[in-house]
Amino acid sequence: MGKIQDEFKIVNKLQPTETCFDYSIYCPELAEITQAGQFVHIYCGEKTLRRPISVCQTNKQKGIIRIVFEIRGEGTLWLSKRKKGEFLNILGPLGNGFPTDKNKKALLIGGGIGVPPLLECSKCYSSESSSILGFRSQENAILIEDFIKNCAEVYIATEDGTLGTKGFVTDVLNDLLAHETFDVICACGPTPMLKAVSHAALCNSIECFVSMEERMACGIGACLVCACKTKKDGKEGYSHVCKNGPVFNAQEVVW
Amino acid sequence: MANLSVNIAGVEFKNPVITASGTYGFGREYNEFFPIERLGGISCKGTTIEVRQGNPPPRIAETPSGIINSVGLQNPGIERFIKEDLPWLLNRDIIVIANIAGRTYEDYCTAVEMLNDTGVNMIELNISCPNVKEGGVTFGTSSGGVEKITSLVRRVCKKPLIVKLSPNVTDISEIAAAAECAGADCISLINTITGMRIDINTRRPVLRNNTGGLSGPAVFPVAVRMVWQVANRVKIPIIGMGGISKWQDTVEMMLAGASAVQIGTANFTDLYTPLKVIEGLDKYLEKNSIADVNDIVGKVDAW
Repeated sequence: MGKIQDEFKIVNKLQPTETCFDYSIYCPELAEITQAGQFVHIYCGEKTLRRPISVCQTNKQKGIIRIVFEIRGEGTLWLSKRKKGEFLNILGPLGNGFPTDKNKKALLIGGGIGVPPLLECSKCYSSESSSILGFRSQENAILIEDFIKNCAEVYIATEDGTLGTKGFVTDVLNDLLAHETFDVICACGPTPMLKAVSHAALCNSIECFVSMEERMACGIGACLVCACKTKKDGKEGYSHVCKNGPVFNAQEVVW
Repeated sequence: MANLSVNIAGVEFKNPVITASGTYGFGREYNEFFPIERLGGISCKGTTIEVRQGNPPPRIAETPSGIINSVGLQNPGIERFIKEDLPWLLNRDIIVIANIAGRTYEDYCTAVEMLNDTGVNMIELNISCPNVKEGGVTFGTSSGGVEKITSLVRRVCKKPLIVKLSPNVTDISEIAAAAECAGADCISLINTITGMRIDINTRRPVLRNNTGGLSGPAVFPVAVRMVWQVANRVKIPIIGMGGISKWQDTVEMMLAGASAVQIGTANFTDLYTPLKVIEGLDKYLEKNSIADVNDIVGKVDAW
């Protein structure tokens, strides 16, 4: 069983914040094979391009995948207006996920709408794993309860200090790494955050994987638009987020 | 079932639906969803003598009913194309069109010579890429330029030769006539229309390359008009493309004068588009009691 493009039903719709939506979609074929960190490409009404959205959670038993997305533009606005019971045209699962390992103690670091792709991840590493979740403000905070269920510790940072530590996830990260060590860091969020996390991981000799974002078209590696500069064996070149990523080894990314 | 097969410059396509260069890679990715053998043909990703990295991202922006892209011919180079991608394609029952681009006349001729001894069915000359600084479209925007490159390539080319035209010209029929005169076996058009988007908050162009090529349904009427103008001017067959997203567009394009079509951007919206087009075309012909798809080519009843 591989990638598919088909219509799947929204079986539950929640709206955790003013601009953020949480859909459960019934698609046993996708739930069965989707790995933590992979994404789906969703047709959004009259838009020419699909919208890539990372899978937040999969439930093989119930045949459900969960996506949590934010209104960013016209496509996601259209998507946010779908109702429970409607069908979505979904292409997936796409890309490479995080290299999960039950024996490794992971630190998951998510910023804003970069938080949801890490939830599935939080079940796939050792129970000693922790997470650092960053948001603009308390009113933007999402999925905290879900992470608490799966992680040993959940640290929160908000830019305005309305919840958890005031500041960025990297502020928490530097304090945490001063007294605790991890086998691997998995991160998803804005590029400056990923760059800072990657740097901290390198300084602490911790393996690090980041989920990158780039404007995308085909989603399957044919059109080459979603370029991300990477280096392998000392040689720089453009990899593609949809096929080679979205998860990259942080040390391969040219920041 | 109506006859859907078309013959272009001696090459037999099982149906007139070809996937457009630059949107379909070398076919492998889409073959995971359906056997690409169901397509009439594939025009491969534009390939150059040297390996090209392409332009820095962002390389794409969405526009009303379309997209602008500035990939900039990122490709593995013709040697790797011949060694690694072509054998896979040639093992399939599909017409394979190699699309080539270059910086100089020599580049084009060398690429053609390398392809002469392969099993490629046709060669499409990309002289219309708007996203590279040298070569590409610079060969394709004047009659003299088109005539020169076409005739130089024609001398060495042992395969049926398609010349792919840029719409970024004043008189498309002049350009097409120049290609025909210089020995092209077929004209394909249109490549993308140069466009630009600007982020009003950052005041930066959305594309890192500043400008890019517009494609998608937005360009379809322009493409139909240009195909019609070219069909009125040249005798060689035309492959029409530009914004085709459904079977109705294909019928329209063929009525305008195209013997076959290429589908590009629509693959991004729905990767089953080419199959839906083939099916819809067949039903249209049947419904209208047309036994052969060739019978609609150029049959627009112009005022």
